[in-house]
Amino acid sequence: MSNYIGQSIKRREDDRFITGKGKYTDDIVLPKMTHLAFVRSPYAHAKINSIDTKAALSHPGVVAVYTGEDCGNFGVPCGWQVNFKNGDTMKEPPHPLLAVGKAKHVGENVVAVIAETLQAARDAAELVEVDYEELPAVTNPNAAVQPGAPQVHDDIPNNVVFDFALGNPKEEVDAAIDGASHVTKLNFKNQRLAPNAIEPRSYIADYDVTVDKYTLYTSTQNPHLIRLLMCAFVLGLPEHKVRVISHDVGGGFGSKIYHYSEEALVTWASKQIGRPIKWTSDRSEAFLTDAHGRDYVTTAEMGFDNNGKIVAFRVHSEANLGAYLSTFSTACPTYLHATLAQGCYTTPLINIDVTATFTNTNPVDAYRGAGRPEMTYMIEHLMDTAALEMQIDPVELRKTNFIPAFDGVSQPGYQTQVALQYDSGNYHATLDRALEMVGYDQFRKDQEESRKNGKLLGIGFSTYIEACGIAPSAVVGSLGARAGLYESAHVRVQPTGSVSVFTGSHSHGQGHETSYAQFVADTLGIPMENVDIIHGDTNEVAFGMGTYGSRSLAVGGSAIMKSLDKILEKGAKIAAHKLEAAVEDLEYAEGKWTVKGTDKSIAFGDVSLTAYVPHDYPEGLEPGLDFSSFYDPTNFTYPFGTHIAIVEIDKDTGKVTLKRFIACDDVGNVINPMIVEGQIHGGVAQGVGQALLEGVDYDENGQMITGSFMDYAMPRADDFPFFETDRKVTPCPHNPLGVKGAGEAGAIGSTPAVANAVMDAISHLGGVKDIQMPITSERVWEAMNS
Amino acid sequence: MKINLKVNGKDHTSDVEPMMSLAAYLREVLLLTGTHVGCDTSSCGACTIKMDGKAVKSCTILAVQADGCDITTIEGLSQNGEMHPLQASFKENHGLQCGFCTPGMIMTAENLLSENPNPTEEEIRHGLEGNFCRCTGYHNIVKSIQHAAESN
Repeated sequence: MSNYIGQSIKRREDDRFITGKGKYTDDIVLPKMTHLAFVRSPYAHAKINSIDTKAALSHPGVVAVYTGEDCGNFGVPCGWQVNFKNGDTMKEPPHPLLAVGKAKHVGENVVAVIAETLQAARDAAELVEVDYEELPAVTNPNAAVQPGAPQVHDDIPNNVVFDFALGNPKEEVDAAIDGASHVTKLNFKNQRLAPNAIEPRSYIADYDVTVDKYTLYTSTQNPHLIRLLMCAFVLGLPEHKVRVISHDVGGGFGSKIYHYSEEALVTWASKQIGRPIKWTSDRSEAFLTDAHGRDYVTTAEMGFDNNGKIVAFRVHSEANLGAYLSTFSTACPTYLHATLAQGCYTTPLINIDVTATFTNTNPVDAYRGAGRPEMTYMIEHLMDTAALEMQIDPVELRKTNFIPAFDGVSQPGYQTQVALQYDSGNYHATLDRALEMVGYDQFRKDQEESRKNGKLLGIGFSTYIEACGIAPSAVVGSLGARAGLYESAHVRVQPTGSVSVFTGSHSHGQGHETSYAQFVADTLGIPMENVDIIHGDTNEVAFGMGTYGSRSLAVGGSAIMKSLDKILEKGAKIAAHKLEAAVEDLEYAEGKWTVKGTDKSIAFGDVSLTAYVPHDYPEGLEPGLDFSSFYDPTNFTYPFGTHIAIVEIDKDTGKVTLKRFIACDDVGNVINPMIVEGQIHGGVAQGVGQALLEGVDYDENGQMITGSFMDYAMPRADDFPFFETDRKVTPCPHNPLGVKGAGEAGAIGSTPAVANAVMDAISHLGGVKDIQMPITSERVWEAMNS
Repeated sequence: MKINLKVNGKDHTSDVEPMMSLAAYLREVLLLTGTHVGCDTSSCGACTIKMDGKAVKSCTILAVQADGCDITTIEGLSQNGEMHPLQASFKENHGLQCGFCTPGMIMTAENLLSENPNPTEEEIRHGLEGNFCRCTGYHNIVKSIQHAAESN
């Protein structure tokens, strides 16, 4: 009956998706629904002199037209406050629902046109006349802080959001770098990426005047967070008047965490017109306005002693946050980034220094990994580059510097130089297994042989660590988070013993309806078919912080476990009464309580029925079997692993072909290996995409020149081989399931492995300088022929 | 404009705007929302359907161009309540995560296997070039199609 944990159970949600019965937001049609189209700024930076909406208003079918002047002072907030080094509060300019006075990036909402049909709304939007006065724009974060740079916000000097440092005192780190016997230094851009969930964002707001309540259907990763931000910080609505529903969501990767201005606008406007309003982004709008990822300009240095031991690590970056502060934007280049600077190594001295800047570009926020891929790329690309420079095998260099294994139970956690304490780790184990999988010794022989034949084969390594399962509320609160990062769960045992689980986690591809049911069924010893997982509706689920940061199972799963503990504790009291035994004399297994040492038992379903038909019942005990819990983690979780890429480069064209990709990850305990593997595959594809293909580019005027799938290189099926994956298991010592999270590992570990493989393939040619990502054929050819 | 067409075996007559795309017609008029729209450039493949036996991207075909055509969408792939072997194989091999690209992916795969019942891995990957998936890294999609081909 039980033992579902650890099984690759096929996903129950698949039946609706493979038959076309999924229910995504844009699939929903409400009676009397209207449609909204935006007029968006064609300029990166422009003064808005006037807006003439007369022609649009008189277009057939138009219901209403709104400009920034109509929306009052509503603006979307940032959820994380990072202060300047001197303690000053970060610069946080208003982010209006529709531009007021100035447009600050291409694609910014300027006018909203609502009509009976989408076509009428789009046609009328064409008739709006906006008188713009174009201003000089700045798009590069390094250029933005230079004297004389265009000012994105008139009252924020030098476009600096904040400056930030973490780690050991800078003078100590500087001295160690100066005294190192070898220093590897890299200057690079960690390029801007478009998340490109295949489902574009979609919102439907429905204000019901008869009860004075709003319903917002939204493609979000965290419906409760959207409700909280929109009600408390934007529109000033009481939360009990607003229901947020997010049914099936077609991928997020971070981009659907944030509260977007369009979401608040449709909600506000629905009350103004007294009818439902739908807005669905098209792909061009998605490129221009879905929060982007990455975009750092970095100088990173690593100092080594004679034995290849790291003596210090020093970084300065400018992080581009775009024109406005998106929900979690400020956390990405700081507390989700600098805190990972220890990597898997015993580096004694670390200093990470970041200046966050405004530019005339779309806002940047967390994208699969959020700050951690950028840090991992620095560390791991420095390691392989240093190995090449010092003529040390990159595997040996890592082994020289690894933190020794620790389980976090009999051995303490590892205190880093950058605030965090790792929970448990065994970095040698995943590296050794990955080396075995790749056949390292043989590869080096093959590589030697292939070079003689004019072929360029390269191998690259990445031994990454990440911080997931975000996060202890008190810790993140002390670091500036404006929300707690716990999770809630409500387990309702029905009278006949079936179980409804209401979780604040949100599934947009992760398969919670299956994996959550597996561990619930196992814990209760009942068939999986008797367990239903409900998410994505603020009226059904009491509260939730949602899904991002590989937190669902580690935090959301733990909240469910807390409720299950309460269910079993109360159930035992009912069972003891029915069995005329003491609670201490009972044991629970296979879905029944048994008096130890006897064959007297009572099944879970009989206890639940008794709880709801309490005729013969313990005195003083409440009827019912129904518990809610909040779980606030005591630490982050720290998955880790080894990724190895093998590439072949065409000498004549510079084309890079990914020949093999090996991933041995340790994400702690695993509930459904099939789902975890799938998460690794998808993450690796996105990480490889960053290394070889993807990049958002703006021209000097701030026009996006990669604003469609024709211009932005999305990874395709024939860009990849089959991935070779395996796992090691070092359980998380501080949560009940021992899980660490698997959603971002692939994207965090893979990028430097690929970049390192390229350098390994061509560095023997001599004089080859580091290649910037995306590592296109053109860039490789230039590197080989310069 | 008036159009007559067959969708999933059923005849339909509709009066449509000349600018309406076939994808919009299927989704908004016939309420067949399994066909998804993920881009505006015929690039992502989420809207792939079969028109007169060929896989096409319905976001860049006008509904009026489908006049007189025989259309199959993801909703029409199951026969007599039985899942199509490709649908079953996608579930069996975890060939989907968020599910948004899946209908287009399955329709493309169906077309691929109808033209080439025993494709190599390379042929499958090449055949999927017009369909984006952001979740799976394509690994299990290719496996799903291989598995469906083998069990045929």
